[in-house]
Amino acid sequence: MSPEPRLVEVRRNVLKQNDAIARTLRLRFRSAGVFVVSLVSSPGSGKTAFLEKTLTLFRSRHRVAALVGDLATENDAARLARSHAPVKQIITGTLCHLEAAMVDRAIDEARWNLNDLDFLFIENVGNLVCPSSYDLGEDLRAVLLSVTEGEDKPLKYPTIFNSADIAIITKSDLAAAVEFDERLTRRNIQAVRPGMQVFQLSAKTGAGVNEYLDFLTQRLSESRTAAAV
Amino acid sequence: MHELSIAMSIVEMASEEAERRGARVNAVHLKLGVLSGVVPDALLSSYEIACDDTPLKGSRLLIEEIPIIIFCSRCDAQRALHSMQLFCCPDCGTPTGDVIQGRELEVVALELN
Repeated sequence: MSPEPRLVEVRRNVLKQNDAIARTLRLRFRSAGVFVVSLVSSPGSGKTAFLEKTLTLFRSRHRVAALVGDLATENDAARLARSHAPVKQIITGTLCHLEAAMVDRAIDEARWNLNDLDFLFIENVGNLVCPSSYDLGEDLRAVLLSVTEGEDKPLKYPTIFNSADIAIITKSDLAAAVEFDERLTRRNIQAVRPGMQVFQLSAKTGAGVNEYLDFLTQRLSESRTAAAV
Repeated sequence: MHELSIAMSIVEMASEEAERRGARVNAVHLKLGVLSGVVPDALLSSYEIACDDTPLKGSRLLIEEIPIIIFCSRCDAQRALHSMQLFCCPDCGTPTGDVIQGRELEVVALELN
């Protein structure tokens, strides 16, 4: 006779392991004084072009490096290498998102000394669903949407917008051609994430990029001031 | 589709607990927040796959969906959110991103025998 079933309370966070690695990473980043920005978006929203622009413009002012997640190719790393910033590709295979352990491993493999960096950028796999659950230890998560994607994207993917800190509208040079409704997009972003700061820019023409870079510089200095207290 | 890797973590976690207690798992009780980024149906089918070839084969995953609760500073109270597409207080309409509950992804109990 088998014993009576019994209910045992456990209370364990399923992502405990990832969260623990992310916490350790965050402490490492903080003590090294590096500000870490992750980028999430759907495929084709211009993450890589935007990151290439960021690295190229930032390189003269700051010490920068980037990790790029991709399912199969090293194309993104090759493109980003044109910025002459240190870049490391993370090939995820069939995995649709980055996890904290992959970031940890990639930093070790790249043999970067975090103390020598001001900014580390992490480009996630193009996906608006899965990356939302995984903390990577970043200071700032930016969600990108391009003007060609449709104004209702925030309403369709509220979870990822809710997990992000800022939103970046990309490819603004195409706005007129696709009759992009900026007001509606901003309203939709605010509906799912009230108070979220929004940048609108074009990596191609450079319009609006400086405002974003100034914001990051400000955040870096705030973060270092806070760490010094 | 990250539900499979999440299901595998759940199975691993439950197997460890069951082994420690020298018992067999009949069911896993999971709290799943609406904002967790995990789709219940996808998780249920992934769970079956993840249980294959493990002592948990045939066990059930019981999901309790946890609604979003926000804090409204104007009402100075917690409120249940009506829609994920509109983060504002259902009573006074004040926009708020202060999420109190709804991001859970937690194994809360195991049914053992």
